[in-house]
Amino acid sequence: MNSTALIHALVDGVLIGSIYALMATGLTLIFGVMDIINVAQGALVILGAYLSYALSVHFHIDLFVGLLITVPTLFVVGIVIHWAFLGRLKGPEKTAMSILVTYAISLVIEGALNMIFSVNPVALTAWYVTKSFPIFGIYVPYINLFGFILAAVLLSALYFMLYRSRFGASVRASLADQTAAALVGINVNRVSTICFGIGVAVTAAGGMVYGTTTVFNASTSYDLISRLLVIIVLGGMGSLGGALVAGIAMVTVEDLVNVWSPTWATLSFFLLLVLVLSIRPQGLFGKQTSRVA
Amino acid sequence: MLQMKKLWRLPAIAIFAVLRLIKQNKWWLPAIAIFAVFPLIEKNPEYQTIAFYTLIFMAASTSWNMFSGYSGYVALGSGAFYGTGAYTMALASIHWHMAAGAAMFWLVPLGGLLATLIAIPIGWIALRVRRHTFVVITIAIFFVFQLFAINMSFTGGTAGLNLPFITWNNSYYDIPFYYIAFAIVLFAVVLSASVRRSRFGLQLLAIRDDEDRALGLGVKVSAVKLTGFAMSAFAIGMCGALYAMFQGQIYPQFVFDPLFDISIALMAFLGGFGTLLGPLLGALVLESMQQYLTVTYSSGSLYLILFGALFLIVILFMPQGVVVYLRDRWTKKEERERAAVIANEVAFAGDSA
Repeated sequence: MNSTALIHALVDGVLIGSIYALMATGLTLIFGVMDIINVAQGALVILGAYLSYALSVHFHIDLFVGLLITVPTLFVVGIVIHWAFLGRLKGPEKTAMSILVTYAISLVIEGALNMIFSVNPVALTAWYVTKSFPIFGIYVPYINLFGFILAAVLLSALYFMLYRSRFGASVRASLADQTAAALVGINVNRVSTICFGIGVAVTAAGGMVYGTTTVFNASTSYDLISRLLVIIVLGGMGSLGGALVAGIAMVTVEDLVNVWSPTWATLSFFLLLVLVLSIRPQGLFGKQTSRVA
Repeated sequence: MLQMKKLWRLPAIAIFAVLRLIKQNKWWLPAIAIFAVFPLIEKNPEYQTIAFYTLIFMAASTSWNMFSGYSGYVALGSGAFYGTGAYTMALASIHWHMAAGAAMFWLVPLGGLLATLIAIPIGWIALRVRRHTFVVITIAIFFVFQLFAINMSFTGGTAGLNLPFITWNNSYYDIPFYYIAFAIVLFAVVLSASVRRSRFGLQLLAIRDDEDRALGLGVKVSAVKLTGFAMSAFAIGMCGALYAMFQGQIYPQFVFDPLFDISIALMAFLGGFGTLLGPLLGALVLESMQQYLTVTYSSGSLYLILFGALFLIVILFMPQGVVVYLRDRWTKKEERERAAVIANEVAFAGDSA
């Protein structure tokens, strides 16, 4: 085990981890505001990746420019899903139902993508995917850096929106307590719809970068969603900071283990969760809930 | 001649008799009869195979529902038990050099037993947290199992394992498997029904309604949840073991299949979450549909779309599942009729007074 490989794993882990953090933030935001676990997030990431793929292959639009189309598209997709299905869920079994409903949505998306794009795996390419630049004696592909910048920009935009705008204040109020938020005059349903849209829209950006670093087809979404769920549970469900820290930490740990043994890298990801939860059941930054409700 | 003319009435009478039994909550009588004779009437091995898979899913979904449906803790990692059962069957039959044949059926309960043993530590970790986190942890633990199966050397990795090759004639190969699967279904249903009627089952239901209150009233919630979780693993493990024996070879991706996790849950929800008949009906419809579509169109994608869309429609219009929806309709109609009769009598009494 040499130090170059370790530095490489560390740098890659932080850069790629930021993309996972972005995707997981969308997921945890949706959960925090609505008590909905969006299992379709993985399939939506792949949908975003395929949209970027179609734009770059058929219309020769640059991947990053294409985001100007794919992000709004997925925002609309999110709003439609919320309007058609999730907004209608009520009652004590809402969270459990939301998992099954979004899983069903995910299956529909997977089936449709399989039929449209076939099951043959594809990858996104551009000049910055294949070229690398030297840093600390290692070579890092440009896409990892660009992806990191993209994630940083989007996450900061999200944080500014949440902490510096009136809408953000109503989102945070809904995160803290939906009933109380509704009582002080916040339209919780509108906040939920927009948050779901935002949570889904970030998957377009995440999917684009994911598609450049990984060969994917529709069934890759299982691998993706399991990771994203692990990240938000580890960070503490509904905690935005937790998703950020856990996203970067988990991917870095996986990359470091990968240096030692590629076979056990993915496993370390899940075992870490099991270990942390047996000590801290609410996750790293989660609130301890006293009632089931 | 007259006799012949009246013959057409027989099926109609049979249908009415079955409907009456269903209404009297004795639906299981005709159901058992139909399933018991099915492979004797339907000789086509292709359809017998479909029926076999359907039974496997009926048993698994019923067993899943026995814990998740009653307690409200939706587990989405039960594929781990299915896979454990399958690998138990494969490894035991290979390492004990068993002769290929009916003797291997004895390993089916062993698969269930191992799945139960595995479920105890899983449940101990996963049940420390409350509902929604529980779902996610069961998914994570499921993937740990899948990765173990892929990475360990004793499981054969992605190449899978080949079980002793059973050389039964193709024309009756399915039949023994069919009846063993049928026995597992009966076992799961009887277990689920007796849990539902027992004090233990009431404790599970109390946890579903309000866990804190149940705890306050003296239900040992942790012990009850863990027991229910482990019990539900048994039949699922047996299903996995039987599947492995039926297939003759297993691969980690197919026995630890995330689609299995969600399928049995969706089947139970579609039929009626927490009811006895619900998962049976859901599995009967969905699994036979899937197998049929796979055989006819050899396209899994079409099934995924239909499966997802059907589920979404049912959830929107009958959020409690088909069985509960129909039962409510039925009782409401009866109540309306009874109310109409009473109203009539009251009106009559009023007139005469």
